[in-house]
Amino acid sequence: MFAVRVGLQKFNIPHKFEIESIITLYARWIREGKLKVNSDWNKERKIKFTVQDPCQLVRKTFGDPMAEDLRYVTKAVVGEENFIEMTPNRSNNYCCGGGGGFLQNGMPEARRAFGKVKYDQIMATGAQYAITPCHNCHSQIHDLSEYYEGGYHSVHLWTLICLSMGILGENEREYLGEDLADVDVLYSKEEQ
Amino acid sequence: MAEEAIKLGGKKKSTFIDQVKGLLPDGGNLNLCLTCGACSSGCPATGLEGMDPRKFLRMAALGMDDEVLSSDWAWMCTLCMRCIYVCPMKIDIPQLVFNVRKSRPREERPKGILGSCDMALKHDTCSAMGASEEDFQFVVEDVLEEVRETQPGFENLEAPINKKGAEYFLNQNSREPVTEPDEMVPLWKILHSVGADWTYGTKGWAAENYCLFMADLENWEHIVRVKAKAVDDLGCKYWLNTE
Ligand code: SF4
Ligand code: SF4
Repeated sequence: MFAVRVGLQKFNIPHKFEIESIITLYARWIREGKLKVNSDWNKERKIKFTVQDPCQLVRKTFGDPMAEDLRYVTKAVVGEENFIEMTPNRSNNYCCGGGGGFLQNGMPEARRAFGKVKYDQIMATGAQYAITPCHNCHSQIHDLSEYYEGGYHSVHLWTLICLSMGILGENEREYLGEDLADVDVLYSKEEQ
Repeated sequence: MAEEAIKLGGKKKSTFIDQVKGLLPDGGNLNLCLTCGACSSGCPATGLEGMDPRKFLRMAALGMDDEVLSSDWAWMCTLCMRCIYVCPMKIDIPQLVFNVRKSRPREERPKGILGSCDMALKHDTCSAMGASEEDFQFVVEDVLEEVRETQPGFENLEAPINKKGAEYFLNQNSREPVTEPDEMVPLWKILHSVGADWTYGTKGWAAENYCLFMADLENWEHIVRVKAKAVDDLGCKYWLNTE
């Protein structure tokens, strides 16, 4: 998205559309009551979540208002009491090391050394899940957990939103841990 | 003393940082460094290759062009912009790094990014994994059919492709259609639940753009143009970026 937004300006490319982020829409739809998420599924379980503020989305594009929308959605889905901030956060957050082409450039040792900062930041929260609403962050933070054996999971918001609405199918749980594998599954017709 | 030695070592007349200054508004403030270290202390690339952003800037300012231009560190900085965000003088170190990348002959840039950029130029999908228009359409329709047949409550789920006048033109990272197509489904369900008017486009659907990070301006521009045209051709109001 950063590439498109900056590219449109830099190269003076005429266009009629506006750029929007799905995070903004999630937040708007939840506020308007259209997206009926709730955090009841996590009341008893008390599974802890932290959130990665993607550089491209927050610091480099929309700034702190986007970070607030991200928290609003997260809290609505996992429960306010189950959300833990990383330090530092929002526009001040550390890059995870998945961006800038690092995942593609064939320098895994340097990439993981860079990512150790992020890994330590996540581990310090004690959260079992890091919400990563960006593909590069998702891949990198997932890899860091495996490589340094942190045991936390890296998960997209779309997975948790559907989980909280009871509409997450069996094949859509790749990134959930055992603790959530069987929660509110939307089973296929044959199995019902 | 040490500083003096460095200066002498780099005495040959250098123009690299001057060239970069010439490209940036206010010269990127590249000669305003207070050496406070705020950039380096919050940069996760500090220490890699014995480098950090303050040092990189300093070396460039001292005219140590060979060291700066040949260093792999420019490919280890993620252009995350935290340094400029915290810098009291708003010094544009990421642009300095970007231009170091750009100065390397194209074929000598890291193979992985080069391959991803080149792959994205093969089809108007802009997919860095090389997925074609047909590949994408096939996967989306296949996954959709399976969900409609098996998942209760989603018999009417939709994943429109090339729907003219839809409000949102949704992009998608290639990883999903290519390697984990089931991951697209939760997003479709969310859009379905709120009754959003959206579409994919067979052209320009891929969200990624590695040509930017490869500092390949020409192809970065090409990709943005293809995507912008795809959205405008369908008459969509918003280009919707996913997670
Ligand atoms: S934060 Fe800015 S002023 Fe301070 S050392 Fe870094 S570049 Fe120089
Ligand atoms: S843009 Fe590069 S130098 Fe600046 S903080 Fe990020 S990784 Fe470090």
